[in-house]
Amino acid sequence: MSLDIILLAMLDGLSYGAQVFLVAVGLSLIFGVLRIVNVAHGSFYAIGAYVAASLGIWIATAGWSPWLSYPAMLVAAILVGVIVGGLLEATLLRRIYGKEQVLQLLVTFAVFMILEDVQKVTWGVKPYFVNTPLSLLGTVNVLGINYSVYQLAVIPLVALCVLLGLRFILRYTRIGRIVTAVTEDREASMAMGVDSSRVYLFTFMAGAGLGQIEGAAVAALMIGLGRSIAVYLAPEFDVLMPYLIMFVVLLFKPQGLFSTLQTRKV
Amino acid sequence: MIAKAAMAALSAAVLAITPASAVEKPKELVIGITTFLSGPASVFGVPGKNAADMLIADINAKGGILGVPVRAIVIDEGAGANQLMSEYRRVVLNEGAQVMLASVSSANCLALSPVAEDLEVPNILWDCSSPRIFEDNKYKYSVRTQAHTGAEMLAAALYLVKNKPNFKTIAGVNQDYAAGRDQWGLFLTALKALKPDVQVVAELFPKFGAPDYSTEISRLQALKPDVVVNTSWGGDLDTFVQQAAARGFMTQSTFVLPLGESSLERLGDAVPAGVIIGGRGDHYFLHPKHLKDAAFQDFVKRYHDKTGAYPIYPVFHMAQAMAALQDAYVKAAKDNNGQWPSKDQLLAAFQNLKFHGLTSDVTIRADHQGLEDQLIGTTIRVPQYPFAVLDNISIYPGALVTTPIGDKSAEWLSKIKPAMASDPSIETFAAAK
Amino acid sequence: MRFDLLFGAIAFCAVAGVPFFIPWATVMLTIALGVGLAVLGVVVLLRAGQISFGHGLYYAAGAYTVAFLVQARLGLDTLLLLPAGALVATVIAVAFGFFAVRYRDIFFAMINLAVSMVAFSLLEKLYSITGGGDGLNVARPTLAGLKLGRVSFEFWMFYTTLAIVVVVALVVGRYLASPLGKGLEAIKSNETRLEYLGVSSARILHIAYGVSACLAGLGGGVIAIVTGHVAPEFAYWVRSGEFVFIAILGGAGNVVGAFAGSIVYEIVRNYAAAFAADYWQTILGVSLIAIIMFAPQGLTQMRFGKKRGGA
Repeated sequence: MSLDIILLAMLDGLSYGAQVFLVAVGLSLIFGVLRIVNVAHGSFYAIGAYVAASLGIWIATAGWSPWLSYPAMLVAAILVGVIVGGLLEATLLRRIYGKEQVLQLLVTFAVFMILEDVQKVTWGVKPYFVNTPLSLLGTVNVLGINYSVYQLAVIPLVALCVLLGLRFILRYTRIGRIVTAVTEDREASMAMGVDSSRVYLFTFMAGAGLGQIEGAAVAALMIGLGRSIAVYLAPEFDVLMPYLIMFVVLLFKPQGLFSTLQTRKV
Repeated sequence: MIAKAAMAALSAAVLAITPASAVEKPKELVIGITTFLSGPASVFGVPGKNAADMLIADINAKGGILGVPVRAIVIDEGAGANQLMSEYRRVVLNEGAQVMLASVSSANCLALSPVAEDLEVPNILWDCSSPRIFEDNKYKYSVRTQAHTGAEMLAAALYLVKNKPNFKTIAGVNQDYAAGRDQWGLFLTALKALKPDVQVVAELFPKFGAPDYSTEISRLQALKPDVVVNTSWGGDLDTFVQQAAARGFMTQSTFVLPLGESSLERLGDAVPAGVIIGGRGDHYFLHPKHLKDAAFQDFVKRYHDKTGAYPIYPVFHMAQAMAALQDAYVKAAKDNNGQWPSKDQLLAAFQNLKFHGLTSDVTIRADHQGLEDQLIGTTIRVPQYPFAVLDNISIYPGALVTTPIGDKSAEWLSKIKPAMASDPSIETFAAAK
Repeated sequence: MRFDLLFGAIAFCAVAGVPFFIPWATVMLTIALGVGLAVLGVVVLLRAGQISFGHGLYYAAGAYTVAFLVQARLGLDTLLLLPAGALVATVIAVAFGFFAVRYRDIFFAMINLAVSMVAFSLLEKLYSITGGGDGLNVARPTLAGLKLGRVSFEFWMFYTTLAIVVVVALVVGRYLASPLGKGLEAIKSNETRLEYLGVSSARILHIAYGVSACLAGLGGGVIAIVTGHVAPEFAYWVRSGEFVFIAILGGAGNVVGAFAGSIVYEIVRNYAAAFAADYWQTILGVSLIAIIMFAPQGLTQMRFGKKRGGA
């Protein structure tokens, strides 16, 4: 096992970890504020990808500049967040905040089932491809390996921006502080006149507590590195890796990576 | 006592729902077709269903089979094996399907063949590829109207050693599921028999349905194998090729994609010249031997008009299954003095049946395995199509590349001789101009 | 308790008559009852307010045990295969239970999910042993020493399963009414108080975990024999999710509900898949939301108004 291999595995791991982070941070924020494990989060991811691909194809067929495919991806993310996330929160989740955690989880399971069909009916079953964002920026050669700039620089940079951006919003803006307050102590913040339903809506649209963000970042990196090291050294463990990491984390830090002690209520 | 009464009641009830007499000509011939309408394998299942719709309409336009119109009930394989098995039963027992066409997935064929035996319903394995079905078991009711993985992988290995004799190292990327492991295992067995000094530098099995192969591609780039074999299909193959192409990897090694024919049109620009592509049988919309057949031309055109895409291998497989069904009924009726045949007569007619789908003739052997030719070619780019087409096409006769009756594919492939790659029965064609 | 017994008896009679009146539904009902056993396993944990998103693991353990034993050609009878499947599932659960019962709520759900997904991956990976994604075929075993043809096997397997279900339902009903079972409700309402009373909630939950896995394993074994096929998807998280779904559908914490729920589920699923291929998941999803919102006591309790379920 040479140094080269370790370096390559780290680059791949970083890139994959950044992708995982972008999905996980939303899940984390929702869980942190709403205490709901959003089983349907994977569907948000898939629908986001479909919308981005559809917009990309639309741009290509309209003959517009391929550079527009980058803002199109941002537009896709906002569309999915506002329409799917917003609608879901306003019509459904808002009605179940008082219910048991278990039931809340099941509601998102039901949403997952429904969104599966929505995807199928809307986009059919054929794979969609837009590789303009990938090919436009070209490749960069590291140790004799071609990496696409998109994979090696853009995705990790976007992930970093999201990380820093969320931290900034949660610490320094009004809505962010309110979200933080709700995460820390829901009852107290409501007593102080915070309209929690608006906070929830915001959270759900942003796809997003605090503390959890760093946790999501570290966990995503662990999964990314674990998986790429597996591909390089023991390909058989590639598929098992994320679950093994999840299992180990739950074993040693059952409340999550960056958890604080919770008091028990009698 | 109660038990006996119960059994009697049950038998009566079962009798009541069984069609009166199998030999009487039915008002319609109900067939059940299992295919993927959901999930990733619907890239095969939906074209297969589209083909079935067209072919059945054609048959009925000509008065049906022996004057009996055909009606198909389609079952989605995407809901999982157990659900599929329940549906399959329901269609046979409740809807009275007389013949079943199963399945796209090998796993589903392996699961359904014993069910067909149990239900005593003729079962045409129209698209699945596991060689284990007839090598590990004997089935009275199941027949396969196409080849199996052994023949497909052998043809690809023969083509590779013939056309790229000087390669030394090879890497495999295969979907992590049973068929992916079977495909790679059989390919490698054949290749080692043909070229014992070949060096395998990586065997990767990325997750089925993985959205990202960048780590695998980096790893392969670092290993620099002369040849990369990827037996994946559908979205998985498309994603891999797109990501590899974006990083300039498709031209660094010789790629062998045994199921690539089904992705060529979708992949467009991403497939460069020089990639070795197989068609799971001799299936290709520009088949050099049949391009001039009126029936072939007509079907390809109508299919393209209807669906907006060129036909891919499951379409051809469906055509073979329909042709075999029709021919078997006609043959069985002939042996039955022109009367509608019984189930056993129909099954007997499948034995040694030679039929013509859209491409070369297929013969069903005594072990119910079909002998289907295999077509492998190398991509070139031409101005007429916005995607890669095949050049230097070799067609391997089914009789040459199919594991003989009584042998198991893995064993037989380990004993083949390198001379097979230059067998005189192999035909080679340049691209259609 | 009396309501449930009455309801259970009526349901029993209705179900028991099916092979005579609708013979083609026999297999579907046997499958529903097998799944119902696994759902009952989830129901036991729901009593403690815990859901497992990984009971597919135990379901698969029972099913694969049966498949392996049949493939080994030991000539074992159905009546031995089923307990063997349940036993293997129970042993795995008791061993893993030492870790699992330390967790609550989401984390309990998630650690179960993680372990079952590891099992799922292994079933796919260990191709030479487990048949990988192809799964394994399960040849029809003897039933009570008799070699039966398809029709009579289906008929008698149904009544065998029904008999198992009745015995299991009565035993689980007793268990849930016992101090051990009442302890589960205490865990749900206030675990700390329970501990102050000097009762080990970990022990109570551990026993429940074993019981619930035993039921899931038994159910998996029934399915393996009835359908003649096992596959890794038995351990997939969506399958575990289905069990939870059916438990809620039938009425969380209700013994009869587990079976009523799975019969309704199986029928809806079969017909929805046949007649609304593109929408059957939506139909199930919408009905799950509707039940959570409007009938949180589940199907079985709907007709009895607001009466609190208790078996």
